[in-house]
Amino acid sequence: MTTAILKQPTEPTAARKPNRSFVHGLITNKKALVGMIVMLVFIALALLAPVLFPGDPSRITAMASLEPSPEHWLGTTAKGQDVLALTVHGSRSSLFVGLTVGFASTFIGILVGLASAYFGKFIDEALSLVTNVFLLLPGLPLLVILAAFLPPGLGTVILVLVVTGWAGSARVLRSQALSIRSKDFVAAAVVSGERAGRIMFREILPNMASIVMGTLLGCVIYGIGAQAGLEFLGLGDVSTVSWGNNLFWAGNEGALLTGSWWVFVPSGVCIALVAFALALINYAVDEVTNPRLRKIKTPKNTERSAGK
Amino acid sequence: MRFILRRLGFYLIAFWASITLNFLLPRFMPGDPVSRMFARTQGKMQPEQIEALRKMLGVDTRPLWEQYVDYMHNILTGQMGVSISRFPTPVTEVIASQIGWTLLLGGTALVFAAIIGNLLGILAAWRRGGAIDSALPPLLIFIGSFPYFWLAMGALYLFGVVLGWFPIRHAFTDGLEPAFTWEFIGDVGAHLVLPALTIVLVSIGGWMLGMRNTMIATNAEDYITMAEAKGLRPGRIMLRYAARNAMLPSVTSFGMSLGFVVGGAMLTEVVFAYPGVGYQLLNAVQGLDYPLMQGLFLTITAAVLLANFLVDILYVRLDPRVRSN
Repeated sequence: MTTAILKQPTEPTAARKPNRSFVHGLITNKKALVGMIVMLVFIALALLAPVLFPGDPSRITAMASLEPSPEHWLGTTAKGQDVLALTVHGSRSSLFVGLTVGFASTFIGILVGLASAYFGKFIDEALSLVTNVFLLLPGLPLLVILAAFLPPGLGTVILVLVVTGWAGSARVLRSQALSIRSKDFVAAAVVSGERAGRIMFREILPNMASIVMGTLLGCVIYGIGAQAGLEFLGLGDVSTVSWGNNLFWAGNEGALLTGSWWVFVPSGVCIALVAFALALINYAVDEVTNPRLRKIKTPKNTERSAGK
Repeated sequence: MRFILRRLGFYLIAFWASITLNFLLPRFMPGDPVSRMFARTQGKMQPEQIEALRKMLGVDTRPLWEQYVDYMHNILTGQMGVSISRFPTPVTEVIASQIGWTLLLGGTALVFAAIIGNLLGILAAWRRGGAIDSALPPLLIFIGSFPYFWLAMGALYLFGVVLGWFPIRHAFTDGLEPAFTWEFIGDVGAHLVLPALTIVLVSIGGWMLGMRNTMIATNAEDYITMAEAKGLRPGRIMLRYAARNAMLPSVTSFGMSLGFVVGGAMLTEVVFAYPGVGYQLLNAVQGLDYPLMQGLFLTITAAVLLANFLVDILYVRLDPRVRSN
């Protein structure tokens, strides 16, 4: 991450052009392409779920604990629900919460990071202190405590995940904003009397777009994983169908102890695929913006001299 | 010295913040969870014990600041009340009996993950584009993408239920008397393998990638070229010149991961019914045992802060730049 910060294009006039090559770099990057295709498939599944599997996915449609078969591609749960329908419908809640948490915590991170970097002094000290305290408080126990005290529901899950998730992005974005804050064009904007908000959002923010993107992806991954963890512990909104809740019920009904692996595998694999796809896009963003991490085409000859 | 003092001040503030959070949560949450808890424990407790718990959890008519002073005083003198789900054991005793298991599990996993991950990272960066560098990172990222508890459940199913190689729950066989005998230690070890293995599997990728990326930057430094020009053995350059200087970020993340040891092992502990603080925390939540919940959270926080402080002290020894500023 730190090397990525050093390698940012910084001149304001160059801001447009690298943007285009950034998009180009992403499209031609194999990792990014694979990641984006997987994500698009999942988003399509989530949107089409009511069409593909109309009705309530958790209704009982067949015998209990059936193995995968032509009628039930992924078998049925111990209650007799269709696992495939549960999994496809589960993507809706999981992606929704993940994206909401991701956007909300990145947004807070941007606000805190920019304000810290732009105003400096006392405001920076205070905001950094709060950020660091939140970073240090152990995340999962804090999640559990908050979820235990708040009334259960989807809103609580989102709120709790944002509360525990924003600090990481704030720290990364602050350090990036700080390095841009010290550039001449920002000083020029200050001297020419531009308003603080305009400098923060129109001058500094566009120049850290790739870091913001990386942070956003990281936060979405965090959101999906943490929601699943929370729900697996039974602290989510048990009434919704989501990947985490599917796994909670699988654990609760002893799916593994009775050998019904098909109840347990799909939701976990889905979470992993989404997280992996997002991570791939994230690494691709890193590679495109940080030349040092790029694949070296001919490893034999240039291997040791390329960096120097 | 100033650095250490500043860090110490910061940790104290963080600890104060978590105590305050603990104080405020039951007082400002809608739905009055505390009354729900008391409704459950009707008739089990002495009136004066109920009174003490009421005060602690904010069912109290006194002004808020007075409650706050009282609460602080209680926490700092180690009075965290009585556990409800394990009535009448004091909260501190419940925690003391369990934190050891968490430290054992998390500590073992962390040390293994950090050592293996960093070594792999060093090798990957040293041979850019080699077998380790091209095959392992995607694989480890992929494994790391799985939800932690899911892998744990999978491992439990495969190695515990189907193959039966390892025990599937608890920290030692029921009925075995804890003692420093080979039998007991071996038994604890066998129970430790699966939970620790899953943590190592998930966390190793982060260590490796972090080390690899720092190492790539270090490899480009002039003193590496110098060392090569002097004709030093590659192994020596790799470990004593490059890796040594690339270690610092890893030390920092080691500090952060120590927090993960106490807090993050929670899901593993739940899956394997491992009797650590995380497992107990979930039980406390399910049993509406608010005093125990609060005590556990504070203990976990304190452990995390302490671990980070120790790493800071270590940092001063490792990085001369910190000392001179």
